[in-house]
Amino acid sequence: MNTLEKDVIVADRLTKSFGAFTAVDRICFSVAGGEIFGFLGANGAGKTTAMRMLCGLSKPTSGSAQVAGFDIARQPEQVKRNIGYMSQKFSLYEDLRVWENICLFAGIYGVKEKEIRRKTTETLDRLGLARERNTLVKDLPLGWKQKLAFSVAVFHEPRIVFLDEPTGGVDPITRRQFWELIREAAERGITIFVTTHYMDEAEYCNRVSIMVDGRIAALDTPLSLRASFRAQNMDEVFRRLARKATRE
Amino acid sequence: MKHAAAHTFLSFIKKEFFHIFRDVRTMLIIVGIPVTQILIIGFAVSTEVKQVPTAVYDPLKDASTRAVIEQLRASELFDVRTMLEHPDEIDRVFERGEASLVVVFGEASVQLVVDATDPNQGTTTAEYASNIIHTAGASPLQIVPEVEMLYNPELRSSYNFVPGLMGLIFMIICAMMTSIAIVREKETGTMEVLLASPVKPAHIVVSKMIPYFLISWVIFVLILLLSVFVLNVPVSGNLVWLNVLTLLFILVALSLGLLISTLVKTQVAAMLVSSMGLMMPVMILSGFIFPIESIPAALQAISAVIPARWYIAGAKKLMIEGVPVYRVAKEMLVLAGMATGIILISLRNFKTRLE
Repeated sequence: MNTLEKDVIVADRLTKSFGAFTAVDRICFSVAGGEIFGFLGANGAGKTTAMRMLCGLSKPTSGSAQVAGFDIARQPEQVKRNIGYMSQKFSLYEDLRVWENICLFAGIYGVKEKEIRRKTTETLDRLGLARERNTLVKDLPLGWKQKLAFSVAVFHEPRIVFLDEPTGGVDPITRRQFWELIREAAERGITIFVTTHYMDEAEYCNRVSIMVDGRIAALDTPLSLRASFRAQNMDEVFRRLARKATRE
Repeated sequence: MKHAAAHTFLSFIKKEFFHIFRDVRTMLIIVGIPVTQILIIGFAVSTEVKQVPTAVYDPLKDASTRAVIEQLRASELFDVRTMLEHPDEIDRVFERGEASLVVVFGEASVQLVVDATDPNQGTTTAEYASNIIHTAGASPLQIVPEVEMLYNPELRSSYNFVPGLMGLIFMIICAMMTSIAIVREKETGTMEVLLASPVKPAHIVVSKMIPYFLISWVIFVLILLLSVFVLNVPVSGNLVWLNVLTLLFILVALSLGLLISTLVKTQVAAMLVSSMGLMMPVMILSGFIFPIESIPAALQAISAVIPARWYIAGAKKLMIEGVPVYRVAKEMLVLAGMATGIILISLRNFKTRLE
C-alpha cells in the first residue's frame, strides 16, 4: 500500500432523492488510487444508488463527486471512459463466445485490435480458460463466468473498477480465487470499489465504509473498525451498525 | 476517435446478428412465421374446384338445356345432384348445404347462383360453369349467362391478403423482436454494463434496430418473389416506391418496438404488449381482415392511428392497382410522420428511464 496515488474518487455531500425518499443522504468520502475500497450496507441502505451515481448512470440530486478527476454530473462521458463496471447481474453475453465477449467490450473502450489479441491470450492463460476461447459463455460454470466477467471489466486497464456484489452465489473456493484477481488488479494500480454481502470479504479490503439509511455510518480500515467497536470480526461490526437502521 | 466509434458500432451490429442467429426461438419466429403465413395464404388462394355440388332448375326442359346439363355432368368439376322443381327451392338447397352452384334456366338466359362464402372458390366455380355453358350453348337460345354472387358481393380476392400479411409480419419481426431484444439486455444485466461504458445510448439502440431492419427487407423481397411467382399476385406498380413505402413502415414498426422496450421491464411483458397492443389492431383495424369502410365509424377513427392501416392501403394501391406514386403520397407522409414522432418519444423515454 505504499504506492497509493492521490484520491481517484471524491464524494462531497453526494445526495440522491426519489421524490420524498432520500436514498443517498449527503455522503462524503474519498478513495485513494490503487486502494481496495469495500462499500458495505444492508439491502436498501443506498449503496447501489450511490454506485450508480459514481458510474455516471444516474445524476445526483445535490452534492458532487469526482471520479478519475472528472465531475460525475457534468462529465459523465469522461468518467465512463476511465472506469470498468461489473453489475450485480451477470454482465457478459451468454450467447457470445468467450473471445467475442472480450473483443466486444475491449472494443467499446477503444483498446486497439492488436492489443486485444495479445491480451486475450494472456488473460485466458491466467484464468486457465485458454481451451475455452471458442466456448459460448453460457456453457461455462458460474465461477468461471464471474472471473471472466471481472477480467473483461479490467481488460482496458481502467483507473477504477466498480464491482456490484461480484461474488453473489459463488462457492467459497471460487470466491478466494476471485479476490486473488482483485488483489492482482489493485497491484497493477487499478482502484477497486466493491460492494459485498460477505463480511469475510470485507477483511480483504484496505478500507471499508458501512452505509446505514443512506448515510455512511462508519469508514475505516477493517482493523480499526474492529478495534473501535471492540468486535471479533467485521460481521459483528456490521450487525451493530445495521441494527440502528430505521428503514427497511 | 470517429473511426473507433464506427468500429464499435459495427461490432455491435455483428453481435446483434449473433444474438438472432444463435437463438432458436428468434430464428423460428423470424423464419417460421413468414413461411407458414405464406403457405397458409398459398393454400387459401388455391383455385382448384372439383365435384362442386350442383343443382339445376330447368323449367324449359328442351334440347338445348339438356345439352348444357349433359356437359356439366360430363365435366369432373361439377356433380349435378339435384333437379329442382320450383324456384323457391334454390334458397333451400343453399341453406342445407346441398349445392354450391345452382344453374337456373330462363327463357333467354341462364342464371348462375354461386355460394361465394369462399370468394375464390365462388369466382372459379362461376367462371368454369359459364365456360361450359358457353361452349354447350351454341344453340338458337343465344344464352347470356348472368352471375350473381351470394354472401360476399365484394369478392375480396385473396391476393389482397398479401399486403395485409406483410403488415402483420413486419409488426411481428420489427416491433416484437426489437422490443424483446432490448428488454432481454435489461433483464440479463448487460444493458447496465453498456450504459456504464462510453457507448452512446443512441448507438446501442440503433445497432439493435439495424439487423431487424435488414432482415425485414430480405423477407419483404422474399414475400414479393413468392407472391409473384407462386401466388401469381401481380406487382403492377412502381417497385422502387413500393420498397420506399415498405421501408418507411418497417421504420415505424422498429420505433414502436423501441417505444415498448422503454415501457416494460421483462421479455414476457414486451411480448404481451406487442402482440395485444400491435398485432391485434393490425388484424382487426387495418383493413387486413375487415374492410375499413365496413367497420363502425368510431373504430374507423381509431384505425387512423394504426400504422398498418396506412401501409396496407398504400401497398394495395401500389401493388395491385398500380397507381402513380403521388396517389400514395398521403400514406407515405403519415408513415414518415409516425416514425419521426415515435422515435423522438422513445429516445427521450430511453434516456429518462435510465435514472
